[in-house]
Amino acid sequence: MQQSIRFAMVLLGSLACGIISSPTYAGKENNSVIWASVGTPRHLNPAVQSGVYTMQPGAQIFASPLRVDGDWKIQPYLAESWEFGSDNKTLTLKLRKGAKFHDGAPITSADVAFSLMVVKKYHPFRLLSEVEKIDTPDDNTVIVHLSQPSPALLLSLTPPFCPVLPKHIFDDGQPLPTHPRNLNPVGSGPFKLVDFNPEQHIILEKFPDFFLPGRPKLDRVVIKIYKDANARALAMEAKEADFSPLITDISSIDHLAKLPNLVVSDEGGRGVGPLIWIAFNTAKKPFDDVKVRQAISFVLDRQFITKRLQRGRTQIATGPIAPSSPYYTSDVEHYKVDLPKAEKLLDEAGLKKNAQGIRFKTSILFTPAGRDYSQNVAEYLKAQLKRIGVDLELVPMPDFPSWAKRVGGHDFDMTTDNVFNWGDPTIGVHRTYLTSNIRKGVVWSNTQSYSNPRVDELLAKAAVETNEDKRKQLYKEFQQIVVRDAPVAFINVVPHYSAYDKRLKGLPMSIWGSHAPIDELSWE
Amino acid sequence: MPLIREIVGRFLLALILIASVAALNFMLLHAAPGDIVETIVGEMGGATEETVRELRHQFGLDRPFVEQFFLYIGRTLTGDLGISAYYNRPVADLILDRVPATVLLVFTSLAIALGLGVILGVISARFSRSWFAAVVNVVALLGFSAPVFWSGLLLLLMFAIIVPLVPTSGMYDVAADLSGWAFAVDVLHHLILPATTLALIYLALYTRLTRASMLEVMNSDYVRTARAKGLHEGKVLFKHGLRNALMPVVTMAGLQLSGMLAGAVLVETVFTWPGLGLLAYDAISRRDNQLILGILVASAVLVIVGTILTDLLYRLIDPRVGARS
Repeated sequence: MQQSIRFAMVLLGSLACGIISSPTYAGKENNSVIWASVGTPRHLNPAVQSGVYTMQPGAQIFASPLRVDGDWKIQPYLAESWEFGSDNKTLTLKLRKGAKFHDGAPITSADVAFSLMVVKKYHPFRLLSEVEKIDTPDDNTVIVHLSQPSPALLLSLTPPFCPVLPKHIFDDGQPLPTHPRNLNPVGSGPFKLVDFNPEQHIILEKFPDFFLPGRPKLDRVVIKIYKDANARALAMEAKEADFSPLITDISSIDHLAKLPNLVVSDEGGRGVGPLIWIAFNTAKKPFDDVKVRQAISFVLDRQFITKRLQRGRTQIATGPIAPSSPYYTSDVEHYKVDLPKAEKLLDEAGLKKNAQGIRFKTSILFTPAGRDYSQNVAEYLKAQLKRIGVDLELVPMPDFPSWAKRVGGHDFDMTTDNVFNWGDPTIGVHRTYLTSNIRKGVVWSNTQSYSNPRVDELLAKAAVETNEDKRKQLYKEFQQIVVRDAPVAFINVVPHYSAYDKRLKGLPMSIWGSHAPIDELSWE
Repeated sequence: MPLIREIVGRFLLALILIASVAALNFMLLHAAPGDIVETIVGEMGGATEETVRELRHQFGLDRPFVEQFFLYIGRTLTGDLGISAYYNRPVADLILDRVPATVLLVFTSLAIALGLGVILGVISARFSRSWFAAVVNVVALLGFSAPVFWSGLLLLLMFAIIVPLVPTSGMYDVAADLSGWAFAVDVLHHLILPATTLALIYLALYTRLTRASMLEVMNSDYVRTARAKGLHEGKVLFKHGLRNALMPVVTMAGLQLSGMLAGAVLVETVFTWPGLGLLAYDAISRRDNQLILGILVASAVLVIVGTILTDLLYRLIDPRVGARS
């Protein structure tokens, strides 16, 4: 019997050795890159579905009329040149000649016109809403007619928002949001889709007939989808992946930064502008009183939060527009931590301490995602508020839908939140503050029920102001008012770090970072 | 004849069971706050009111609850599991895509746990006072009491990072683009850690069960008789002892199948093993109800099939079972 055990062990051992010795495949040898991601897209058509996990592969599969560099300058892409009419109500795009879709069909002005109208009709961000009609006098000319001037128009025509779709595939009468080819698209971008397996991988291959000569530089890109940030960090450490953008959890960033074979950097993607704030339900007592909201802003030590809680990996946010935006101003109230002032404001608001030293009780919701920015901040706020006599109850939400249901239903006192600027303020900033956008059941609308006629007026003017300096002035006043009115307490900007093999060159450094084509990425 | 009648009876019972699983879960899932539209809007980074309304209409979520309920039950009974709102693909396709991975994981773990557990159990029963038995006992206790996600992460850290022998996650290396034998080896390579982790708990269970059962059987009269006949010790141990001692172990293995599926959810989540469990985990947090219900129905079917198989196995080990009914 002991012999048979010994035999079994030898058998198992040799089998194990055979299995274990199989090699892992890094990217450099076959000019490919393994891109580690943590989210599955619903599908791959960014014209009808926003969200980073659709935008990232979407920008590789589809080209766009224009693109943008790291300094917010619009660059030619499928369109070689563009020109506004004298009244700023027409835009003429001249397309490159000879550009092709992945199935070999030529890309014409009709495809571009079709794509713009799809984005206008279906994009969740209400993009291109001022587009009235599009003329296509010849195959390479697109004339966009606008109902009013639109300073955000050019940015709306760049990769994360406006893919050029093949009209001959998508214009077959089926509704675009559920079109079957969204899962298996024919694109116009630097890489074509080979396989999309939800929760597992997206395999992309170089499109040899791409219209920009010499691009892309890689032959193959495999987006591997990991379960969560920890699994991704382990994979990067085990050298199973070469490139991973959008790393936001502090422990992963700190851990990966210590590894000698990786570069960890927060360059690129400055346009995304993801802000962390604590939102108040201004329709509910006591948060209808601006003094209460300001008082809570005064107890938050943002230096402590960014330097200690977030270990110096984040930047303080001072207002509704991210510091990396050209419209940002730091000329606003900074709410330097000041507990006596907070107590004075609460006294003025009539919220005096009772016999137990409590002024009032309230609650804060937070989601399980991004603990560094939600739970930790909420716990810190509880400790701080206790010092001025406010009893804060922490209400953890089990998952995103539970949280969205309550916040969208305006059923909350306070909540932590993470809202993206998405480049132009008309896209990601206006929605939070416009009176007209107080809509029940829609998360990331004006769920704070904040309303200020002057803010509405400023935002309406800024949406059509084509003079950059005047527009900056409008947004400056807007930022000052919103920070003073404090419908939300701004905390920090979420850092979007990338980790990549240090032999990689040409990383996506535009304002859209990895939400733009990685056609310059290559091995050294 | 009685066998056929039994099988038909079981089949009818199974249908009722599946219908109840579907009905009960449908109601439970609708009690959860929020819905798939919230998830989708969340992943889109916000949306207009019109988009939200359009999405709810598209998934039939704007209809009254009772209507949704009967539509669903009707569809399920005709074998239509519906369309996953998140993936926009048929639920049946998604499940069939994932079943092989889960079956591979569960049965490999079961084989490891059962095989190794019985061997260790026999050894520690035969030499019950040796140091080896003591070690087996302690290891079994540790394996049984450690939560899967903990032991899984620990193994991951040890064998994928500190001593990089196996990959950290997934079922095969997509970047390698393998096929045939090389692909099978690659899958086995990826299978080692998840299967070991899942096997660990059950290994302990079967070891202890086999040991206890063996100790009892080896003290029985027929074993003493067998020894008195002068039979070889190995024959006594395996033919007279183990075969009788195995009954409770097989019963347990059958009962544990559903437990193993549940354990697989955790293991698949830790190792990103692309099985039903991982699919279910994501579907629940997304409120992709159509998909969750489909997975639950599929799991119920798997468990029922497993139980029937266990019963058939009884007949092989102990001919008396068939004769009695």
